[in-house]
Amino acid sequence: MKVVITVVGMDRTGIIAAVSQIMAENEVNILTINQVILDGIFNMAMIVDMEKATIDLEQLQKLLKEKGNVLGVEIRAQNQKIFDAMHQVG
Amino acid sequence: MLTIHDVLETNQMIQKHNLDVRTITMGISLLDCCSSDGKTLCRNIYDKITSYGEHLVATGEDIAREYGVPIINKRVAVTPISLVAGASDLKDYVEVAKTMDRAAKEIGIDFIGGFSALVERGFTDGDRRLIDSIAESLACTELVCSSVAVGSTKAGINMDAVAEMGHVFKKLSELTKEQDALGCAKLVVFSNAVEDNPFMAGAFHGVTQGDCCVSVGVSGPGVVKRALENVKGEPFDVVAETIKKTAFKITRVGQLVAIEASKRLNVPFGIIDLSLAPTPAVGDSVADILEEMGLESCGASGTTAALALLNDAVKKGGLMASSRVGGLSGAFIPVSEDKGMLEAVGRGSLSLEKLEAMTCVCSVGLDMIAIPGDTSAATISAIIADEASIGMINNKTTAVRVIPVPGKSVGDTVEFGGLLGYCPIINVNKYKSDAFIARGGRIPAPMRSLTN
Repeated sequence: MKVVITVVGMDRTGIIAAVSQIMAENEVNILTINQVILDGIFNMAMIVDMEKATIDLEQLQKLLKEKGNVLGVEIRAQNQKIFDAMHQVG
Repeated sequence: MLTIHDVLETNQMIQKHNLDVRTITMGISLLDCCSSDGKTLCRNIYDKITSYGEHLVATGEDIAREYGVPIINKRVAVTPISLVAGASDLKDYVEVAKTMDRAAKEIGIDFIGGFSALVERGFTDGDRRLIDSIAESLACTELVCSSVAVGSTKAGINMDAVAEMGHVFKKLSELTKEQDALGCAKLVVFSNAVEDNPFMAGAFHGVTQGDCCVSVGVSGPGVVKRALENVKGEPFDVVAETIKKTAFKITRVGQLVAIEASKRLNVPFGIIDLSLAPTPAVGDSVADILEEMGLESCGASGTTAALALLNDAVKKGGLMASSRVGGLSGAFIPVSEDKGMLEAVGRGSLSLEKLEAMTCVCSVGLDMIAIPGDTSAATISAIIADEASIGMINNKTTAVRVIPVPGKSVGDTVEFGGLLGYCPIINVNKYKSDAFIARGGRIPAPMRSLTN
């Protein structure tokens, strides 16, 4: 399953490192990372592959939420299909 | 290739503009539950609903979590009970309603629809028993919803049923007066009822359906409103295109959820209902969309045209996003569930008469409207007759869900809570229609019924 991880919040050092660390620890493979500052807010979207992951999506969501609380940003993980459905035809 | 802007747009729709899937509704046929013995009938009904619907709520929650999109309601619609219970020895169907309520609570759903009768052309004995049981059944249950189809383009209007339903609304209002007649929020009267509607209170599983299916009702008035904020002052062609594109995106999410639910529940996919269903939440209002088009207040001249454009563009945009479209499909205008509508009623710009005009061009009808408690049964019947005739002549679904609130009159407000919201009491024409309703009989099907 491909999953889109989004981080939204105030920019600070170590956000990508912290998220990447969770991926590495749980065998979640990072495919792409994009980030953009919109209206002064930090936005990151990371597409990951969970095929060989040692945890399931629900557990990953929980870990990311906890990390987001520590970092003061909102982190979500969603099945990529919802974005493909909305933005890609065919 | 998915871009970060696509991702952020989707999440903004969900998090800031109330994009959600309003309902996953499982339709279950109860035709094989029939029995001449009332107890056996109820046991069959309970067993079938609880076995087919066992995993509905958990599946909905799993999908919502995985995709990060809220799924607000999980519901069940069943075969009209007048058909299922007609052969039974039950004198009334209150016990059937209680059974449905128990089954709904057992599987954890929000509502169950189908305590219904289809009497466009006349009554069977079972239809009469059902209609006579509606008031008491809805008063003593929490999750059961009821609908009665009184007319259609093909059949005309059964004015005896129309007259009867005025009394049912009044009786139900009286029986639930401690809750400001909340029972009436669970009852709807239809013209051109559809067999695959996933929305309450009017959902039922028609007899032309298979044994079981799942349908999805999408929503997202806030998303459409937000999109229109970007095209201020542009011509209506641009407005229509913008709504179409937005409706397409919203519906794609509904389609994804429906297919996923169908797969996980191992039940055929029914339809997507392309609806803009408002809630009392700020920014989740159909009235706000109409006002964004340039109206000072919903109800002002131009409101019907604005709603016509919106309704049509939602269908055109949504149609291509789904493999199968059905249900009511269009913009809903339930007054108590739409903050913008409520404010418009409150400031005197939106009247019952204007709402009636709006129902000519939107998906359903006079919906969730609180009226004075002293409105007579005949006047309610006449409101139903007017609305049913709009549906009959225009070959569309129309409906009436009005709430005569005991002890309240124009200027008062009634609070229902939750998704049902609150509502100022709306003015009803004070002149009587008693002699009109007392005639009974049938209004014949119109010329346009002769299409063969």
